[in-house]
Amino acid sequence: MIELSNLLIGLAMGLNLMALSSSRLPSVIRAAAVQGMVLGVLPLLLEHQFNWLIGLVSVGTIVIKGVVIPGLLRRALRAASIDREEDPLLGYVPSLLLGAAAAIGSVVLADALPLRPEDAGSLLVAGSFATLFSGFVLLIGRSKAIAQVCGYLILENGIYLFGLLLINTTPLVVEGGILLDLTVAVFIIGIIVDRIQRAFDTLDTRKLTTLKE
Amino acid sequence: MTSLALIIVPFVLALVALLWRDERSRPWLLPMAGVIHTALSLTLLFHPPAIAPNAWLGFDPLARAVLPAVSVLFLCCSAYSVAYLRLRSERPNRVFVAGMLAILGLLSAGHQARHLGVLWIATEAVTLAAVPSIHFNRTARALEATWKYLLVGGTGIALSLLGSFCLGYASLHGGGAGDLTFAGLTAQGTGLSRPWVVIAWVLLLAGFGTKMGLAPMHTWKPDAYGEAPGIVGAMLAGGVTTVAFTAILRVRAVVDAAGAGAMAGRTLLAIGLFSMVVAALFLLGTRDFKRMLAYSSVEHMGILAVGAALGGPGVWAALFHVWNNSLTKGALFLSAGNIRRAADARTCDDVAGMSLRTPVSAAVFVIGMLAVTACPPFGPFFSELRIVRTAFESGHTAAGAGFLGCLLFAFFGLTRLVFAIVDGRPRAAAAKPDSDKARETPGIILPPLALLACSLLLGLATPVVLQEAWTDAVKLLFPTP
Repeated sequence: MIELSNLLIGLAMGLNLMALSSSRLPSVIRAAAVQGMVLGVLPLLLEHQFNWLIGLVSVGTIVIKGVVIPGLLRRALRAASIDREEDPLLGYVPSLLLGAAAAIGSVVLADALPLRPEDAGSLLVAGSFATLFSGFVLLIGRSKAIAQVCGYLILENGIYLFGLLLINTTPLVVEGGILLDLTVAVFIIGIIVDRIQRAFDTLDTRKLTTLKE
Repeated sequence: MTSLALIIVPFVLALVALLWRDERSRPWLLPMAGVIHTALSLTLLFHPPAIAPNAWLGFDPLARAVLPAVSVLFLCCSAYSVAYLRLRSERPNRVFVAGMLAILGLLSAGHQARHLGVLWIATEAVTLAAVPSIHFNRTARALEATWKYLLVGGTGIALSLLGSFCLGYASLHGGGAGDLTFAGLTAQGTGLSRPWVVIAWVLLLAGFGTKMGLAPMHTWKPDAYGEAPGIVGAMLAGGVTTVAFTAILRVRAVVDAAGAGAMAGRTLLAIGLFSMVVAALFLLGTRDFKRMLAYSSVEHMGILAVGAALGGPGVWAALFHVWNNSLTKGALFLSAGNIRRAADARTCDDVAGMSLRTPVSAAVFVIGMLAVTACPPFGPFFSELRIVRTAFESGHTAAGAGFLGCLLFAFFGLTRLVFAIVDGRPRAAAAKPDSDKARETPGIILPPLALLACSLLLGLATPVVLQEAWTDAVKLLFPTP
């Protein structure tokens, strides 16, 4: 089981690099969506015995992160009729290099941290840190609101990966609450993105500069 | 049971608000919730209930020490909101009323949370529930403020969740069974894995610190407080920040038990003093009087962090300061809202002579400003005095001196701006005294006055029951070995 889950986590780390290097917004959205679906499968592999609540969380994650939120983002993209991020604050090659460095650094860091024996062979911690960092780079390095939302989604995926370390012990009520909170967060962000599009007729967040000292 | 009602009643009323059809009568749900909530929390303040040690939610000593302040603040804000929403009858208020009620319910849950996961869920849901209220004016500026609030707040949400997971893993790695209640974590004590506790502390301090508005994570604050209606600013500055502060206190108790308390104290002291310096510098420069209140809030969050860094007596003073900050800031936000509406402008370049246009609000604003800059006999003077005294007594001389220096500069900054808008000759753009926008009806005057009176009461005769509550909370956080 651990090989299969490591394979999926490796795939998720690859998707980070894809999101960082792509200039086309639809492919950034696709990377975040596929990553969300990959992570949705992981709880089924990691849980010791199958339980219908885990199944529910898993299906919920796949549907929300893989289908619903990307669908909303694509709709916003169509409404704004933009396709690429023209001039990001941080270029594609530097972001890709940062992402790659983060992937290597995370493996080293995860090795240095004390882990339980049963987690030592797993890529969970390394994958989590790498994904978190990639999301952060997208969040601050891009100027289009949609790319920033994708960055937030990827950042959140990184935290979700770390949360899987605790899946056997945290009560499911708490996990469900966390998932709900994060989903609502992304929905609200989506609504505000839509409002920005209508009010400013752009999704370039660099236009939002009235408020400053 | 009463403690659960504190959470359930606001939620039920929020649901009613969503279904209620009449725009004019809907705002009355807010004072209704305020009265019930205040009555319940004062009852619990005087008769603290017994709680099971491993309960996930409960009116424990820390909730008792802080939550009633939030109730009183909400009561005054809700009384103000009826008159305010009547003045703003051009905007639909369904989502606003429901959002404010949800904020109250979630604040009650956050203050009473005794489980790491529940605490995170409640505090983060408060952040999200505040979004529609900040966006209430629907202007381009309000939208920009909301977007920045969401991005910075969202990152804070993420960091504190990661921190919570790390603290959970610290327990698992140390051989714990995965009991994530604060009582359970504290009981595990030095059994917690030290490196993971340190990582968790850093992430949780950054995450909850973002919500408190400690520098350098305060960047959302001036925008959100500047663009949101006064009531929302008051609830954010006096309610949401306190729940983040108690969250930090609860986590700090666990870190203390794990044997890393000295490290936690040092980081809190550093971030607290840094916030005070940043706030003082921006207070000297800003020209917008609602953004000024935001920087003043950053300063007071710094004061709370410094107090919390100084151990038991410091935490006692910080809890006292939580009350003073909530009530005094509330009075300032509400009176600033009145002035802003009558002047129809926001900077000292465009606003002057408001003592002639809105005399009562201007007077409340000036007195509130004196109270918040620690002039006796208002409450903040006594709590800040205690913090300074604790700093000097515990050997943190440099920190105490820096603290006093920042207070002085903040005083310069605040008086400069406040007198610029109150004094002088009114500008032509300001509404005439007899117009609807400038008329000082009891509905918008009495609530800030009441808050100011509470601040005065806290200073002149601090109720004994509150002092007991703060002492009990300190005992909960620093159990003597």
